[in-house]
Amino acid sequence: MIFLLWLLVSLVVFFGLGIITGWLERKLTARLQWRVGPPWWQNLADFVKLLGKEVVVPETATSFFSLAPVIGLAAVTTAGAMILLAAFQPGSSVDLIVLIYILVLPSLSLILAGASSGNPLASVGVARELKLMLGYELPFILALLVPVVKAGTTNLGVLFRLQLAQGMTVGSISGLLAFGVALLTIQGKIGGVPFDVSEAETEIASGLLIEYSGLLLGIFKLTRWMLTAVAVFFLVFYFWAGLSRVPSAIGKYLLIVILLVLIKNTNPRLRIDQAMKFFWGWLTGISVTAILFAYLGW
Amino acid sequence: MEKKKKVVVPIGPYHPLLEEPEYFALYCDGEMVVDVEWEAGYNHRGIEKLCESKSWDQVTFLVERICGICSTSHPIAYVNAVEDLAKVEIPERARYIRSIIGELERIHSHLLWVGLAGHFLGYNTVFMWAWKYREPVLDIFELVTGNRQSYAMMKIGGVRRDVRDEDIPVIRKVLDELKPKLEMLTQAVLDDPVLAARLKGVGVLTAQDVKDYGAVGPTARASGVKIDVRKDSPCAAYDLVAWQVITCQEGDVFAKAVVRLLECFESIKIIEQCLDNLGKNKGPIEVEVREIPPGEGIGHYEAPRGEVFHYVRSDGTNRPVRHKIRAPSFVNIPTFRASCLGQTISDVAIILAGVDPCYCCTERMLTVYQADNRRKIMDGREVIRLCQEKTEKLREKMRKR
Repeated sequence: MIFLLWLLVSLVVFFGLGIITGWLERKLTARLQWRVGPPWWQNLADFVKLLGKEVVVPETATSFFSLAPVIGLAAVTTAGAMILLAAFQPGSSVDLIVLIYILVLPSLSLILAGASSGNPLASVGVARELKLMLGYELPFILALLVPVVKAGTTNLGVLFRLQLAQGMTVGSISGLLAFGVALLTIQGKIGGVPFDVSEAETEIASGLLIEYSGLLLGIFKLTRWMLTAVAVFFLVFYFWAGLSRVPSAIGKYLLIVILLVLIKNTNPRLRIDQAMKFFWGWLTGISVTAILFAYLGW
Repeated sequence: MEKKKKVVVPIGPYHPLLEEPEYFALYCDGEMVVDVEWEAGYNHRGIEKLCESKSWDQVTFLVERICGICSTSHPIAYVNAVEDLAKVEIPERARYIRSIIGELERIHSHLLWVGLAGHFLGYNTVFMWAWKYREPVLDIFELVTGNRQSYAMMKIGGVRRDVRDEDIPVIRKVLDELKPKLEMLTQAVLDDPVLAARLKGVGVLTAQDVKDYGAVGPTARASGVKIDVRKDSPCAAYDLVAWQVITCQEGDVFAKAVVRLLECFESIKIIEQCLDNLGKNKGPIEVEVREIPPGEGIGHYEAPRGEVFHYVRSDGTNRPVRHKIRAPSFVNIPTFRASCLGQTISDVAIILAGVDPCYCCTERMLTVYQADNRRKIMDGREVIRLCQEKTEKLREKMRKR
């Protein structure tokens, strides 16, 4: 019952945060490109407009077509609730491993969506998203292990609070390396450039989401904004002692969003094989090194 | 029969990669493209037939509307063809002005391509920056000719308008300001490791492929084939100024980008020399051509995308009896078969864009209706008047700088 309440809180908090973060991403991108950019309520307006549009379900689609967006949104809300619960209710028993599992679901829902729409471009997108997921999950999990090695527990609440006593995780070499890896893998998770291979507008015309319209597309868009907010929120608390003070937490949140936007706007899209090499080569190597450093206590 | 089993990934007829209807069927095995077929002709306008019903002078305006980006290359090739037919020698000042307009067009066209290539790679920052840098070039066009596109400068026997003396320092200033920006953009493209990873060794077209397919322009020059109509068969002022043909050896998309970016600097060099000569050379800008005798004429010009070729035949009346046009993309597009097979879908998208296939974008507004009562509030004439007022304002602003 209590968790249901947290779910509701998470939906409200991350809906708002997602809309604002999505706008921030667009506005910063626009300013980097010498454009004006949209007003702050643009993403909300987009979402509301999509709700009122006709939903076209292709004849070739299976029944998962309508279910997939709901799964994605539910997963993101659950992940958000778990992080909020761990952060703001002392003594909660939220586990990191469960969170990692839940965070896979939004990508899986995208794959389900593309596979059930029966479009050749979507099928290319599905193949790419599957490979990409295999790519970024490995370094993502390894990077998240670094604080676990340091603290010797997978309890999220403890991991969040321990930083208040021992100093923030990014303060150490291993923590900094892990933070960098986590930042890049999260760029892959939210499908931002250079890892937007599964949508790749100019190659496969939005790939996975090509057949989606109206309410269902709206939910996918919302899920993506909320996932960005949840992921950045998680990074702030997990690596950067977000619990310490509210103003500094907001500053850290903004800084990470800016970093993500900068990565997005200073790179072209990678090919899927290059993305895989990057995740399994460089990032995995760095995160393994970070774990070794963590064992050594650096 | 074999390829029917493969998945067909359609690019077109309407696709974010293409600004104009065209259809590429990519036969794919997983991500790898094993066969490509292409179809064009979704937007056939019958320009050659239309030309036969226009007078010699009117055709200049019609061929200008073949393409919005090459909108002075077609007229130059056409007037070359008619002058070849009528054996007309144009004044020197007109030759310099033709070169200036042609080279300004090359700069804006190449910058447009760099931007689009960035967009196709998902690198939208390059897209926006390149197009921002392109904007001053269009301002020069508006200053000199009155239009951002479709400049109507070419005329059989010379050029239609003179370049005013007071505009020359303004053009120089804008070009001077453009140079560091172009250098920055070129360095950014050359030094970016991720761009290099995406473009180097992708879609390689060997010199032999170029000869087999008859490819032209930067597509050919990037493969080390040194062909350029401006050098090989000089028209306008290209034999009166010093400049170089830029070539690369690799033949990949990266080389095509390098050739285009470096050509912009050569173009600036040509324009500056032409401007020097305009100051010294105060002759007439046209010779009067009263009659077009019966006969045949050919004219060609190096458009930003390669050689554009025009053929005209006259029977002594006031209109051509036959007008044949060959645009560069017509020979460049089939090279896809040589460069795309065995590549991945991601790479094919940029290879297709790498030859800079020409897209037309010249549809224009004629009537403006009020939204609520559907009353006509502005017609074509009114819109033209507004445009002219805006041009005058821009001229004043640019001269004051």
